[in-house]
Amino acid sequence: MLAAAASTDINVAENIGFGIIAALMIVAAINVVRSSNVVHAALSLVAVMAGAAAQYLLLAAEFVAVTQVLVYIGAVMILFLFGVMLTRARVGRETDLNNKSWALGIPVALLMLGSMVYVLLKAFGTDHLDPVAQVSTAELSDSIFKPFLLPFWALSFVLLAAVIGAIVLARKD
Amino acid sequence: MLINEFLLLGAVLFCIGVYGVIARKNAVMVLMSIELILNSVNINLLAFSQLHHNLDGNVFALYIIAVAAAEVGVGLAMVLLIYRNRKSISLDELSEMKG
Repeated sequence: MLAAAASTDINVAENIGFGIIAALMIVAAINVVRSSNVVHAALSLVAVMAGAAAQYLLLAAEFVAVTQVLVYIGAVMILFLFGVMLTRARVGRETDLNNKSWALGIPVALLMLGSMVYVLLKAFGTDHLDPVAQVSTAELSDSIFKPFLLPFWALSFVLLAAVIGAIVLARKD
Repeated sequence: MLINEFLLLGAVLFCIGVYGVIARKNAVMVLMSIELILNSVNINLLAFSQLHHNLDGNVFALYIIAVAAAEVGVGLAMVLLIYRNRKSISLDELSEMKG
């Protein structure tokens, strides 16, 4: 095991960083779905998203990481906290957050996880990412505005429709 | 690094999100679980983008972030509307569309 690790030139610091961040993300994600306090769940979601941004940095996708911090941690989480505050008067422990049949989710999730882990280990058992190639933001913007220009336009219409739809839905009258 | 480290992390987060969607009754909590799922998909896209040295995965990750932002906006507006009409956002009480 160690000899194999040495022979394939594995970056130890990168792996240790990945492991710590991944463990924190999984703990926080479990807290999101298990917590009986809505605000605690929202704050755990912030931890998951910050960890995801760190993983994007490990994958050399710095522009996506910055966008993740701006859009998810900055905007989406504030929306969630507004949603929590506007729909639930009390901030604290609640007992009726789960369905009556919540336990059904555990076997479904474990079955899905088992099949995905099996397939991934079988398909990408020893594929290496080293050395991680730098993604330049200029190339990324070229890619967005040349081959993916049409989806970009469609996306701007989706955002416009979402903004108008949200205003129409939430307006009082 | 092995690509499987990222793919397995994505799979674990995805399954936690699926569990949340199934188990939660509160509509806001279900939306949070959907965000978990979308994040795990983004990790997968970026990992494959690195594996194939191709920028398309990065572009798709950015588009998914934008669509997720739109989805949360509309979703929370609907949740607010439901709360205003019913004083509750429990998903098991919304049964008008049952056949």
